[in-house]
Amino acid sequence: MAVMGKKKKKTLGAISTASLPDIVFMILFFFMVSTTMREVELLIELKGSDLPTATEIKKLEKKSLVSYIYVGKPLQQYQKTYGTEPKIQLNSAFAELSDIYEYILAERAERDEAEVPFMTTSLKVHKETKMGIITDIKQELRKASALKINYSARQDMGY
Amino acid sequence: MAKRSTPEINASSMADIAFLLLIFFLVTTTMDVDTGIQRQLPPIPEKDQKTDVEVNKRNVYQVLVNSRGTISVNNHWVNSLEELREGAKEFINCDRADDPELPEMEEIMVEGIKTPVKTSKGLISLQNDRGTTYGRYIEVQNELVAAYNEIRNEAARKYFNKPYDELNDEQQEAIRKIYPQRISEAEPKNYGGK
Repeated sequence: MAVMGKKKKKTLGAISTASLPDIVFMILFFFMVSTTMREVELLIELKGSDLPTATEIKKLEKKSLVSYIYVGKPLQQYQKTYGTEPKIQLNSAFAELSDIYEYILAERAERDEAEVPFMTTSLKVHKETKMGIITDIKQELRKASALKINYSARQDMGY
Repeated sequence: MAKRSTPEINASSMADIAFLLLIFFLVTTTMDVDTGIQRQLPPIPEKDQKTDVEVNKRNVYQVLVNSRGTISVNNHWVNSLEELREGAKEFINCDRADDPELPEMEEIMVEGIKTPVKTSKGLISLQNDRGTTYGRYIEVQNELVAAYNEIRNEAARKYFNKPYDELNDEQQEAIRKIYPQRISEAEPKNYGGK
């Protein structure tokens, strides 16, 4: 077409990248703020999708007052030594039922006395686990009078 | 004094540094917020305390979950989770006439509400088999908590014309007094082996 043919060829100038650091920094800050470092290396199979789902969940407040108990099948590389039955993990090692009492006491000793009544125990358990082991853990927690517990669950995104 | 001009700092590597940090945080980030169902375990009974507290049968809503995940309430099968929730709601609800099948009620005065309100003596008891899966157990727990939340919401709308979440602390406390969450996780029992 005539009009188009007349259009002279424009040379594109180099795109200014001066604002690139700003953009990257912006994204960087977003991730820095939203990030939570994983405190323990999991020795058991427990991906996010392995947690049960629920609708009536609450956010866990005051993370510093939470002690975690993980339960699930040992990872592939540990199955030779520990078998495939669900195991308990406290901190970064496998543990037995009887260790829970000590663990709770140790966790309690680390905290301020005034904060002890607000301590919560979060149970992160694979959804395929049988309740037997959970019941035993609950009994241990009752013995240690760590009565506030939280069954870790994901938000259910509709049915 | 002659003003010495400071040479401009070359900022072109800034982007690289920022990218490096960004990638580090991208890799280490886990976005999950810890969420879950809050529960309070019953304390271990004292030795000299009588372990079995006599509770009138009509005041107990006994939920059993067996190893296959089947639910029964007061010895009747429950087919779906919705049915369980509806049943639990009917059991907790105090805004009704006296019924010998449903828990006893008493009238109490609650701070923040002028007229006396009825509250029931009902208790939900949840028992599971050792072979029940954890996922199923949480589903049932969730339904029971949901029943309480719905009932509390209804009460909040009735007394304060607002949903429960929008009430202030004292009002929430008042609603909690009318509908205390009484879900007992009973002592474990072993029904018919693993």
